[in-house]
Amino acid sequence: MTANPVITATSESEEGRAATEAIRVSVPRKGLRQDLRAVSIVWRRELLRFKADRLRMVSSLIQPVLFLFVLGTGLSSLASRGMPPGVDFKTFIYPGVLAMSVLFTAIFSAASIVWDREFGFLREMLVAPVSRAAIVIGKCLGGATVATCQGIVLLVLAGLAHVPYDPGLILTVVGELLLLSFTLTAFGVMMAARITQIQAFMALTQMLVMPLFFLSGALYPLSRLPAWLTVLTRIDPLTYVVAPMRTAVFGHLNLPPAAVAALSPDVTWDGWRVPVGLSVGMVAVMGLVLLGIAIAEFRKTE
Amino acid sequence: MSESRVAYGAPAPEANGRQRVNQPAVEVDGLVKRYGEVEAVRGISFAVEPGETFGFLGPNGAGKSTTIKILCTLAEPTSGTARVAGHDVAGDRDTVRRNIGLVFQDTTLDNYLTGEQNLRFHADLYGVPRAQFGPRMRQVLEMVNLWDRRKSDVGTYSGGMKRRLEIARGLLHAPRVLFLDEPTVGLDPQTRSSIWTYINDLKAREDITIFLTTHYMDEAENCDRIAIIDHGTIVAIDTPENLKASVGKDRVQIGTGDDASTITELKERFGIDAAVHEDLVTFNVTEGERFVPRLFAELTQPIRSVNVARPSLDDVFMSYTGRTIRDTEASATDRNRARVRAMRGRGA
Repeated sequence: MTANPVITATSESEEGRAATEAIRVSVPRKGLRQDLRAVSIVWRRELLRFKADRLRMVSSLIQPVLFLFVLGTGLSSLASRGMPPGVDFKTFIYPGVLAMSVLFTAIFSAASIVWDREFGFLREMLVAPVSRAAIVIGKCLGGATVATCQGIVLLVLAGLAHVPYDPGLILTVVGELLLLSFTLTAFGVMMAARITQIQAFMALTQMLVMPLFFLSGALYPLSRLPAWLTVLTRIDPLTYVVAPMRTAVFGHLNLPPAAVAALSPDVTWDGWRVPVGLSVGMVAVMGLVLLGIAIAEFRKTE
Repeated sequence: MSESRVAYGAPAPEANGRQRVNQPAVEVDGLVKRYGEVEAVRGISFAVEPGETFGFLGPNGAGKSTTIKILCTLAEPTSGTARVAGHDVAGDRDTVRRNIGLVFQDTTLDNYLTGEQNLRFHADLYGVPRAQFGPRMRQVLEMVNLWDRRKSDVGTYSGGMKRRLEIARGLLHAPRVLFLDEPTVGLDPQTRSSIWTYINDLKAREDITIFLTTHYMDEAENCDRIAIIDHGTIVAIDTPENLKASVGKDRVQIGTGDDASTITELKERFGIDAAVHEDLVTFNVTEGERFVPRLFAELTQPIRSVNVARPSLDDVFMSYTGRTIRDTEASATDRNRARVRAMRGRGA
């Protein structure tokens, strides 16, 4: 640092100077390419953070594993009365537990935006010469990827719930998980734009997460419910992912159609069967709308 | 280390896409910012020349941070205009952002990433070409002596190291103007002075305009020019030397047994207006060292301590505002904290 500059002014320094000048001229104008690079780095940061946080990875597995193996085993003797022979209760709740795992992880990922604000890092992102949309999209993709990875860890345990390791089934389920994670993260990020305190964010999301889970049909079939519960389950967006996932699982089980109809009924609106495509499509549209709102929120300045 | 010394050469005079024009690096005209009822900035105007180190000096809550937020495009002016590197902060936000580097009062680093990862994140957000990232990162990290620690998590850095990393990061994309908002706040005195060593070093190496805010008088003396800001208006703007010369008088502070009687006596016997600041009877006289013997001879009140000081920026601040910065802080801190909280609640 204190070295005499005259002595070191050699070809090496010319190189250094060239680098300085080159950097000076090359910070690009705003454009799609620049935005994509921003999306990518925001997304990669989420993955880096997740990879570094082993504890979080393990802790977010505990709840689904408890539901699947403890609750699933404990209730199976009671539930087996309503189950066709050869079908395990664990198999029935498996898609619901997958959805639950993704639900918690995605919301938790969105909370990282609140932490980023608390620790100042959000500001580093908000003053950058990239569109706010790029940052929000990067965050949502990051959260969706992390949550889906969490779901994939549970997919490894599918055999223990007597769910076959069928490539087609796995692909379908992963696709649906990805969609669900994205929509949930977008929802979380939208909330994080408004709710700036981590305590408030956690309290509010917990308040929403449990009803979303219990009303989704994750733990019971959607048919033959009392009218009030039927209405509530149809309002819950999670329903429209849990049902298609269960349809996919039961489609790979070689069961008589009557058994499938009893355990994995299609979602109906006043008797009309909602096709899987529409179910999934609605969740996708919802995700995009939430993303749009989140972007609009983050575009506001003082 | 030595090779990077010369690497910070003067930039190309004509760089494509980024013409160097002889216009002010920062130009503010009639700037007003209101938060509801509170008028944080009340119509200020000034210009900062390219290459200058310009300091905003004032107590907490004077409007320094609000002004910097507007210049950094994080807040929109209520009225008036501000241009940075020739671009309007409200109308041409992204161009302004590309041309500025920022070091905020509070750290904005990711503690879970390494120093290098933090810089890489910044480089990607600012579109620094990948081929140039490596050499440039080395330059800026060596400049702040953090090259060896680049692989460590930022969470393991000390407060001073974090601030240095932020300065390095602010420079990574070779901005035209570097904003430092209270760059040494919350650091111990030794670290503060080391940060200043880095900033002064930086001035010598990079062709850059530095705009900083501070409420430390001794730090303001490092600036080429200073604007003294109080209650949202600029009360004086000049070089530190000129500002001090404009005060002219030395400052005398005495500790006495009875401050009130001493003040009365000073007024009656010497015609001096004194006041209590920092628990000492304080007044300004010309040629303070010659006055003190008279004081001992003629004052009836016992004197416990005497301190004579050449005019400092503190005195400048006092002569323009009637208060010392420390007086102001005691009353302003709480009010300011409440406002900072309120501002944080929104957006950034």
